[in-house]
Amino acid sequence: MTDLSSALQLAAPEVTLAVGGLVLLMIGAFAGEKATRLVSGLSVLLLLVATALTVTGPLGLAFGGTYIADPLSVYGKALIFLSSAVAIILGDGWMHRNKIAKFEYPVLIVLASVGMGMMASSGDLISLYIGIEMHSLALYVLAAYRRDSLVASEAGLKYFVLGALSSGILLYGASLIYGFAGSMKFDEIAAFASNNPGPGLIFGMVFLIAGLAFKVSAAPFHMWTPDVYQGAPTPVVALFATAPKVAAMILIARVLIDGFNLAHFQWAQVIILISLISFAVGAFGGLMQKDIQRLLAYSSIINIGYALLGVAAGTELGVQAMLMFMTLYVIDQFGFFAVLLSLSRNGRPIRNISDLAGLKQDRPVTAIALTILSLSAVGIPPLSGFWGKFYVFGAAADAGYWMAGVAGLVASVVAAFYYLRLIKMMWFDAPATEVKTDKAPLEAQWIAWAAAAFAFPVVIVALAWLEPLTKAAAAGVGVG
Amino acid sequence: MPHILSIVTFLPLLGAAAIIAASLLIKGDKEAAAPAARWIALGTTLVVLAVSVLLTAQFDPSNTAYQFVEHMPWFAGAAYHLGVDGVSILFVLLTAFLMPICVIASWKSIEHRVVEYMVAFLVLETLVIGVFTALDLFLFYVFFEGTLVPMFLIIGIWGGANRIYASYKFFLYTLLGSVLMLLAMLWMAHETGTTSIPDLKNYEFGAQAQTLLWLAFFASFAVKMPMWPVHTWLPDAHVQAPTAGSVILAGILLKLGGYGFILFNLPMFPLASEMFTPLVFALSVIAVVYTSLVAFRQTDIKKLIAYSSVAHMGFVTMGIFAGNETGVQGAVFQMLSHGLISGALFLCVGVVYDRMHTREIAFYGGLTARMPWYAAIFLMFTMANVGLPGTSGFVGEVLTMTGAYQVSTWTALIAASGVIFSAVYALTLFRNVMYGPITNPALESITDIDKRELLLFVPLIIGTIGLGLYPNAILDITGPSVEALTTAYRAAIGG
Repeated sequence: MTDLSSALQLAAPEVTLAVGGLVLLMIGAFAGEKATRLVSGLSVLLLLVATALTVTGPLGLAFGGTYIADPLSVYGKALIFLSSAVAIILGDGWMHRNKIAKFEYPVLIVLASVGMGMMASSGDLISLYIGIEMHSLALYVLAAYRRDSLVASEAGLKYFVLGALSSGILLYGASLIYGFAGSMKFDEIAAFASNNPGPGLIFGMVFLIAGLAFKVSAAPFHMWTPDVYQGAPTPVVALFATAPKVAAMILIARVLIDGFNLAHFQWAQVIILISLISFAVGAFGGLMQKDIQRLLAYSSIINIGYALLGVAAGTELGVQAMLMFMTLYVIDQFGFFAVLLSLSRNGRPIRNISDLAGLKQDRPVTAIALTILSLSAVGIPPLSGFWGKFYVFGAAADAGYWMAGVAGLVASVVAAFYYLRLIKMMWFDAPATEVKTDKAPLEAQWIAWAAAAFAFPVVIVALAWLEPLTKAAAAGVGVG
Repeated sequence: MPHILSIVTFLPLLGAAAIIAASLLIKGDKEAAAPAARWIALGTTLVVLAVSVLLTAQFDPSNTAYQFVEHMPWFAGAAYHLGVDGVSILFVLLTAFLMPICVIASWKSIEHRVVEYMVAFLVLETLVIGVFTALDLFLFYVFFEGTLVPMFLIIGIWGGANRIYASYKFFLYTLLGSVLMLLAMLWMAHETGTTSIPDLKNYEFGAQAQTLLWLAFFASFAVKMPMWPVHTWLPDAHVQAPTAGSVILAGILLKLGGYGFILFNLPMFPLASEMFTPLVFALSVIAVVYTSLVAFRQTDIKKLIAYSSVAHMGFVTMGIFAGNETGVQGAVFQMLSHGLISGALFLCVGVVYDRMHTREIAFYGGLTARMPWYAAIFLMFTMANVGLPGTSGFVGEVLTMTGAYQVSTWTALIAASGVIFSAVYALTLFRNVMYGPITNPALESITDIDKRELLLFVPLIIGTIGLGLYPNAILDITGPSVEALTTAYRAAIGG
C-alpha cells in the first residue's frame, strides 16, 4: 500500500493532469461551448500546477521501474507542460477569432500532455508505447480540428495514417527487443545488450528508432511534416513543433542511452545517418517553399537533425546539448508561430512568404521580432539559435563526430538562405499591397515579442542560468 | 579610466540606443527624426574616436603583453575577455577614425530610413571594435559573425539596383567560411579546456591537428580577406553598397581577415602555417597579378577599385605568411594604409556618383576642367594606391615585398610586377575620367566638391601623406608585438 502511495506521489503530475483533464471535459460537456474560455483558463492553470508538482516532487522509480522520475524527466516535463500551456493560450484567441471555439481544444492538449509526460518518464517499452499513443491520438484529432476545412482534414488523415504505420513499426521493434532480451525494462535490456547485442536485438532497436524518428519528424521519416504543418491550424502546429518533439527527443535519449548503453556504436551510426539525411532534406527542401508554415516544417526537420546529433554523442555533454538546443528551439518556434498568428490582412492570415513584403513599414516591431527570430534560426551569434548549435556541435566535436559536424554546419548555411528570404521580404522589398494588416491579437503579439526578446538579448543572461539546469538534468545520463 | 575597452566597444551601441529613443520621441512623418539621427551618430563616433585616441596615448608599445585587459567569466568556460596589443589597438583606432567619415559621407546621400541606417552603422562599429579587442575564442566569434547582419542590411536596404543578389552573396559566402572556424574553435575549447586566446597561443597543438585547424580558420579568413579565388563576393558587394558601406567594407571589414591570420593562424598553428606558406604565396601573387589585370578591364569605377583592393590584400597575406618581422610589420602597415586609401577612393567615387548617379567610366571624361580640386584629390589617392613613394601605400608594399623576398625570391618578384599592373589600371582610370575634353554634355554643369566633402578628405590626406613620410608612427607601436609574434613563430618552426 505504501508502495502504491509513493508511486502515485511520484506520478502526481500525470495523475493530476489526467483527473483534471477529465473534470474539465465534464465542465465543458455540461456547460457547453460558452465555457470554452473558462476551460482554456483552467487548463493553463492545471498545466502550471502540474509543472509545479513536477519541479517540487520527489525523485525515484515507480510502478516497478516502468515510471522514472529523475532530473531529466523533471526538466523535460517542465518544458513540455509550459509549452502546452502556451499553445492553449495561442489557440484560445485563434478559436474565438475564427468562431470555431470548442472546449475540446484545451482538453485535448491537456490529455496529450499526460501522454508526453509519460514519454519523458517512461522506464520500459510498455510505458513508452502508452505514452506515445496517448499523445498521438490527441494530436491526430487536433490536426483535423478545423473539420470543415479540406486541407485540415487531409492533414489530420495523413498524420493519422502515417502515425499509425509508424506506431506499428515501433511496436514491432519493441516486440523484437522483448523477444530477444526477455525484458521490457530499459535497464534489463541494457544488461542483456551488454552480453550479446545480437542481430535480433539490433533489428528491434532500428525499428524502434524508425518509429521514434517519425514522431520527431526526422528525415527520412518526415513525409507527413510539410503537409501537416501547412494544413493544420497554426496554434496546433505551434504545439506540434514544440512539446511532442521535446518529449520524443527525451524518450530517444533515454531508450538509446539507458536501454542500449553498450551498443552505442551500433545505434550512433543510425542516429547520425538520420541526422545527415535530416540536414540535407531540411536545408534543400526549404529553399523553394512559398508557404511559411511549410518552410517552418523543413526548418524543424533540419533542427531535429541537430538535436539528434547531440543524442548521437551519447555523452552527458551530448544530452545536455540536446536539452539546451530543444529549450532554445522551442522558444524560437513559439516566436515564429505567434508572429504568424498576429499577422492577417482583412481577416485572412498571412500564409505566403511574399505576403511579408514591406512588413517593416506596416508593423515595425513585429518585423524586428521576426527578423531577430530568423537570424536566431540562421545561427548568428549571440542570438539564441546560435547557442543551441554551439552546444550541439561542441558535444559532437567532443565525441569526435567531425564530418557530421561539418555537414551540419554547411547545411545551416544552405538553410540560412530561406531565413534570409524572410528578412529580405520584410526589409528590402516594397509592400505588394496597399491593404494594411489587421490589428494584432494581444496574446499572439506579446508571445511573439517575448520570444524575440528572449532570442536577443535576454538569452545572453538566461544562458548562465540554463547551463546549470540542463547540466543537472543530464547528469548521470550517458554511455559507458 | 577603468573599463576603457568596454567603453570604446559599447559606446556606439549606446549611441544607437539614443537614436532609437530619439526617433520614438520625435513626432512627425517617417523622416522627422533624420537630422537628430545624423547628429547623434556623428557625435557618438567622434566621442569614440576621442576615447580611442586617448586609449592609444595611454598604450605602452614596449610592453608586448595584452593591455587594458578586462576579464569576467561568462558561461560554459567562455569569458568576457578584452585586451589590446600593438596590432589590434591600431585597428581600433582605424575603425574609430573611419566611422565619423562614413557618417558625414552619408549625410546627404542617404535620404530614406536614416534612423535605421545610422543604427546599423553604430551597431557595426561596436561589433568591429569588439572583434579587435576580444581575447576569448567565442567572444571573438560572436563579434566576427555578428558583423554580417548590419552589413547585410546596409547593402540590402540602401544599396544599388542589384543589391539583393549582392547582399545574399556577401552573407552566404562569409557565413560558409566562418562555420568551419566555429567547429575548429569548439574542438580547440574541448581539447585544451580553455577559450582564452593568449593561453591558446602558448598551447602546442599536434602537427595533424594544426593542419586541420589551420585550414578551418583559413577558410573563414580567406573569404573575409578576400583571397583569390574566393574573392568574387567582394566586387558585387562593393558595387551595390552605398558609398559609406563600401568605405567600411574595404577599410575595416576586409582587415578582419588579415587580423585573424595574425591572431590565430600564425601564432597558434606555426607548423601548419609554415607548411601552407607556399600555398598562401601562390594565392597571393595570383591575386596581385590576376586581379590587377581584371581591374584593368572594368567599366565600372567602383568595381575597378574593388578588384584593386583584392590585389592589395594579396600583399597583406604574402607579408603575414613570410613570417618575419619585416613581412608582418608590412602587412599590418599595408592594411592600415589600405584602410585610408581605399576608403578615400570609394569616397571619390561617391562624389561623382552623388552628382551623376552613374559609375560608368565611359560616362565621364575631362573632369579636370570642371572639378579641379576633386581631380587633385583623386590624383593623390590614385598615386597612393599605386604605391608612390611618400605615400603610405609605398611603405606597406615595400615592407611586405622585402619580407617575402627573404623567404621566396620568386614570390617577391612576381608581386613586384603587380605594382606595375596597378599603375596601369589606376592611371588609365584617371586618364579616362579626368583628362581630355568634356564629350558628355551632362557633365557641363557638374560642380566641384563642396566644404562638407572636403572635410571628408582632409583627414584621409593627412593620414596617407603623414604615414608615408613618417611610417614609424605606426611601426613603433606595432614593432614589439610583431617582434614577439615572429620570434615565437620562428622558434616554433625551428628556424
